Amino acid sequence: MSEQPPASPSPLSAGATPADGGPPAGRRPGASFSRTILDAVVEGSPAVVTFLAFVAAVVLGGLLIAFSDTTVLHAWSQFFSAPGNAIAQAWDAAAAAYSAMFEGAILNPHTVAAAFHGGSVGAIFYPLSQTASDATPLVLTGLSVAIAFRAGLFNIGAAGQWVGGAIVATYLGFGVSLPPVVHVIVCLLGGFAGGAVIGWIVGELKARTGAHEVIVTIMLNYIMYNFLSFLLGTPKALQQPGQSNLISPPVAASARLPHVGGPPPQVDAGFLIALAAAACVWWLLARSTIGFRFRTVGANPSAARSSGMSVEKSWVLVMLIAGGLAGLAGAAVILGPVQSITFNSYGTYGFDGITVALLGRATPVGVVLAALLFGALHAGGTTMEAATQVPATLVQVLQGLIVLFVAAPPLIRAVFRLREARTAGLEAVPKGWNT
Amino acid sequence: MKLELTGITKRFGSLVANDHIDLTVEPGEIRALLGENGAGKTTLMNVLIGLVQPDAGEIRVDGKPVVIHSPKDAIAARIGMVHQHFMLVPVFTVAENVTLGLEPTRALGLLDRRRARSDVRKLSERYGLQVDPDAYVEDLPVGVQQRVEIIKTLMREASVLILDEPTSVLTPGETDDLFRIMRELRAGGRSIVFISHKLKEVQAIADTITIIRRGKVVGERPPTATDTELAALMVGRPVQLRVSKAPAQPGDVALDVRGLTVPGEHEAPAVDDVSFQVRAGEILGLAGVQGNGQTELIEAVMGLRPAIAGSVLLAGRDISHATPRDRLRAGVGYIPEDRKEDGLVGDFSVADNLILDVYDRPPFASGIALDLGAIRKNALTRVDEFDVRTTSVDTFTETLSGGNQQKVILAREIGRDIKVLLASQPTRGLDVGSIEFVHHRIVEERDRGVAVLIVSSELDEIYALADRIAVMYEGKITGFRAPTVSVEELGLLMAGGHDDGWLAPADADEPPTAAASPPDSATQPGGAASTPADAPDRTEPAEPS
Amino acid sequence: MTTLTTALRAPVTVNRRIVAAGTFIVFGLIDIAFGLYAHKGDATFALSVSGAGVHVPSIHAPASTVAYALGAASILIGVLRAFLDQPPWAKRLNIGLVLLFFVVSLLCWAYAGSAIPLNAVNLLQGTMNLSIPLVLGALAGCMCERSGVINIAIEGQLLVGAFAAAVVASVAGLWLGVVTGSLAGGLLGSLLAVFAIRFLVDQIILGVVLNVLASGLTGYLNDRILVTHPNLNTGLTFNPVKIPGLGDIPIIGPIFFDSTIFLYITYAMIILVQVGLFSTRWGLRVRAVGEHPTAADTVGIRVLATRYRNVILGGLIAGIGGASLTVGSVGTFTKDMSSGLGYIALAAMIFGRWTPLGATAAALLFGFTNSLQATLSTINVPVSSFLLLMAPYVATIIAVAGLVGRVRAPAADGKPYVKA
Repeated sequence: MSEQPPASPSPLSAGATPADGGPPAGRRPGASFSRTILDAVVEGSPAVVTFLAFVAAVVLGGLLIAFSDTTVLHAWSQFFSAPGNAIAQAWDAAAAAYSAMFEGAILNPHTVAAAFHGGSVGAIFYPLSQTASDATPLVLTGLSVAIAFRAGLFNIGAAGQWVGGAIVATYLGFGVSLPPVVHVIVCLLGGFAGGAVIGWIVGELKARTGAHEVIVTIMLNYIMYNFLSFLLGTPKALQQPGQSNLISPPVAASARLPHVGGPPPQVDAGFLIALAAAACVWWLLARSTIGFRFRTVGANPSAARSSGMSVEKSWVLVMLIAGGLAGLAGAAVILGPVQSITFNSYGTYGFDGITVALLGRATPVGVVLAALLFGALHAGGTTMEAATQVPATLVQVLQGLIVLFVAAPPLIRAVFRLREARTAGLEAVPKGWNT
Repeated sequence: MKLELTGITKRFGSLVANDHIDLTVEPGEIRALLGENGAGKTTLMNVLIGLVQPDAGEIRVDGKPVVIHSPKDAIAARIGMVHQHFMLVPVFTVAENVTLGLEPTRALGLLDRRRARSDVRKLSERYGLQVDPDAYVEDLPVGVQQRVEIIKTLMREASVLILDEPTSVLTPGETDDLFRIMRELRAGGRSIVFISHKLKEVQAIADTITIIRRGKVVGERPPTATDTELAALMVGRPVQLRVSKAPAQPGDVALDVRGLTVPGEHEAPAVDDVSFQVRAGEILGLAGVQGNGQTELIEAVMGLRPAIAGSVLLAGRDISHATPRDRLRAGVGYIPEDRKEDGLVGDFSVADNLILDVYDRPPFASGIALDLGAIRKNALTRVDEFDVRTTSVDTFTETLSGGNQQKVILAREIGRDIKVLLASQPTRGLDVGSIEFVHHRIVEERDRGVAVLIVSSELDEIYALADRIAVMYEGKITGFRAPTVSVEELGLLMAGGHDDGWLAPADADEPPTAAASPPDSATQPGGAASTPADAPDRTEPAEPS
Repeated sequence: MTTLTTALRAPVTVNRRIVAAGTFIVFGLIDIAFGLYAHKGDATFALSVSGAGVHVPSIHAPASTVAYALGAASILIGVLRAFLDQPPWAKRLNIGLVLLFFVVSLLCWAYAGSAIPLNAVNLLQGTMNLSIPLVLGALAGCMCERSGVINIAIEGQLLVGAFAAAVVASVAGLWLGVVTGSLAGGLLGSLLAVFAIRFLVDQIILGVVLNVLASGLTGYLNDRILVTHPNLNTGLTFNPVKIPGLGDIPIIGPIFFDSTIFLYITYAMIILVQVGLFSTRWGLRVRAVGEHPTAADTVGIRVLATRYRNVILGGLIAGIGGASLTVGSVGTFTKDMSSGLGYIALAAMIFGRWTPLGATAAALLFGFTNSLQATLSTINVPVSSFLLLMAPYVATIIAVAGLVGRVRAPAADGKPYVKA
């Protein structure tokens, strides 16, 4: 290697600071605060790119809402006779859907008005509590993907780990009887352990045989889906007695997660658990030797090995923790809103976790914010579907678009005509199948 | 074919890799391009073959201007290049590699493998290159791979051949073969641009030598120019080729490697029953052409690579089964060969990189909690002490220059309390200033009583640093010598020429893997590493000190 | 590079000989267990489909005896594997035989004394049909990955292909449906190409995100449009076409030569991709780009163009696979109907070591498991079909864990090519 140009920041390699909350990346000396802010805007700092990605996704989603609406399409077929009407119809369709979504996720003006006329004040906060509730599993699966990501592993298996945790939590929830507080704690720990086992398999296989974690986690997802169905279809295993459907008995009352704050403005205790988990992961990554090891292994496994760190043990440990977090998400869902597990309870939590972690740039704070955003979309999506017949599946489209745009800052910069930046993009750790 | 470059300029950001370079290569000429690492030689050649687009300048072939936007244009202009890192697909056969891009085909685009094979065989025979067209490239030794690269350019009827540092992977014997081939090609009317930073080779083969420094042509000389003159032009000032150092004061054996055997990619072991000792306060230089097991040897000593036989003793303590972590703890400092890949985490700060192998020990950690204050304080001290040029200790190391990156590693490794320092290619790719700094620091460590093992494929470096020289060839140590040994003799050892006999009749009865220096080392200041009294150490376990 | 790969090589190596032998012996013991627990009586295997011109007599096998014999044979193979040095072809044959013995023992156990015979021809017909999307998906993977772009988005490509084919077939006819399905896959492929090649997004992440997007988009459009407009999702399907002559051969005819047009398209694709990649100039260049793009560039091959072309071609192939899910099979589109087939196709490609023929073999193996599961679920077997459904996934994990030999991806797979 003789004359290489100085390493220009690749769009894939920069991004997260060495430790969230840790020292910031080399900022130009002497740059004033306002100058820094200005640079961030015109060059597209991660936060700006994320915001613009959101805007772009909302615009595209709006078009999708408008142009899948028969009334709108009808109006556009007469575009040349009444162009104003066509545009107005399209705008109305999208605006109606989005405002319903906002009301379901953040704030419904009607409840505010009602509160002034003697209605419930608590009702004002109902949409927000719904958002928090929907965000709970996303925070946890997002953390699961994020922490593995920081150690250089792409955990597509949060779904399977979710199932692992949910199975154990459900079983402990209805199968054993314990005093109230103890019961729920045991169930949560069981959920963590259930997910951790599945994650551990991935780490162990990777450490011992080099099996690529992406393949193993994808396969384990389907294994766990089928395993869940198997358990639910086997009497005396997890199937509810007297049922022929694939559904478990509900968990005991003592195993349910309490609501904090009392109805109606309520916060599921699961949300507080998720926030606590995020704080723990933040401390682990930014302030502990274990996190330092994870980050080193993730950023440069060869250097980690040369420095005497065991890359393999780190993989095993981080997958154990990642699996545990996803398992905890499973427990939080079963012990919280759902209470019985069915053959498809896993929904899209696992893959949502990937989008959350990517949007949150694999930092705990980012994950919480991203999960709140997607939680709001989910909560709002349900309201939107009820109010405007726009299917809630739109949320998945929005999620996909946001993350796609976030993953490609050059695209966002091109669309919004921003200047080329020094740093950009999601740090991408896994590259190719050959480790 | 006459090739003229005028005013070629290429910038990478703020770095000017090529600054108005003019160069004319006459038909049938071997033109050497001499310059330090980083002088801009490879960039210039990449411009010539279309891998890099110049910001300014013109290329003319036989007087006519040509535009080279892509390698395809370069091929059309009959310019061919043998890259330093071979452009060969390892899982393809020689014939597939050679014909890639101009494959003979039958109907429907089906490959005509028979014709490809016979074409390659013809060329190989005409120039005496001895290459089997059906062999898979990954199974071939590097010397043969290089010949495949040459056949590739010949297949494209290149009139100008660019050879980029072609001898860095060759033994002196293979280098002579290459020079023979080059002369044959010149006789056939082809011109050759030979890129190198090795004075001797350039003087041996070139018709004219063009010297490049910091992206500029600084002179043209005939091959009769003296070493000193060429070296001065190359680095811009008279070079002190030797590090000033006092004679070594060897103490007890600090590192004792016995019968170490490390499996290789193929059947032959990468390291084959290697034994040697390094004493406290001496530098053992391990010479050899790259790829003869030095990397594997060092990694095995570090515990990064499993050994199937043999043992490693650190100050008498057997660490053969210790993890790399425990070896580092036990007092081994390690400067890896590839600093970007193995030495540093590019997107970690200087501060974090400075604690990479002590992050979980006090004062940087208490329990599992990191002490950010201590990490920062350490960084400020080290940056100052080792003169690391960085805007702050929070800067990512990937933005530092190679020399400063190496200083970070050096600061980390010798900043700890170590007994043994393993340094692999410690100055590869560095500028002269950094090389001097690194060499100076390594000698300082020796003088503090650290046992130092240097692996280098640069003989100059070996001569400059070593108190004793060991030569490795195909996984074995072919001999130990005092630093007074002649280049010719080292070259022979590097090519596997077996120890002693007619070259050094004095110690003909010494077994080839023995660790002792030849007796004449006693006459050499600093080379008096071992005396006959050492011999029993090799057959009996060393006493723990 | 060598320092990196070797430094990361797993420190613990698995003794393949012991593991393989042990696995074979375990399979043998399971075979014997099938014999022990089988009902009394023969298992009947029918070898013709109803209405076939030539009737092939059914086979009646004494269930327990056959299972014992096959179990013993598997154990013998295991012992030989442990103590003999065998050439690679023999090792592969071993695996094939042990699996075959296992399946036959399983069927003997399941059908022992059963009044309904097992129709082997139907079982294999089902295998072929279920394998079509897997084979096409895996071929799409080969096309992309041989040129150096990882394609995790096969799942999404199947899904959009299935959606587009169902809708367009309902409106404009079956053939146009297939073409549109293919184009839809190609469109997703071009998204993959642009983001991976132009914007250098990590390809594994990108694939997952595109799958989320494809699932969301088709799900949304399904909920929004197809549910309210059933005339856009009428469920038209192709009729089977029997190849004259070949289709009348007993046993073989109905399995290989009497199916919808998709099976024949699949045959053509397998041959095209295999010959194309490994025997033509085009293929040599594609593989060079996937292994060592800089080397390809220096001999004048256009790296990025090659990648764009291959990724889009791969998408087109996967789109046909998607179309086969609707217009080649059930007709109507349902949400997330690809249900992980794209991921199995990916696994088949890896299992098949990035070669079209290997991937096809692996896809057939996976198709067979699914077909077997479907067949067994129709009779009252006291084992959950869900366990059987896990088999392909478990097999894939075993494969990537290196227990059946090392798999090596194209060297530059997943690595973007950036010029200085």
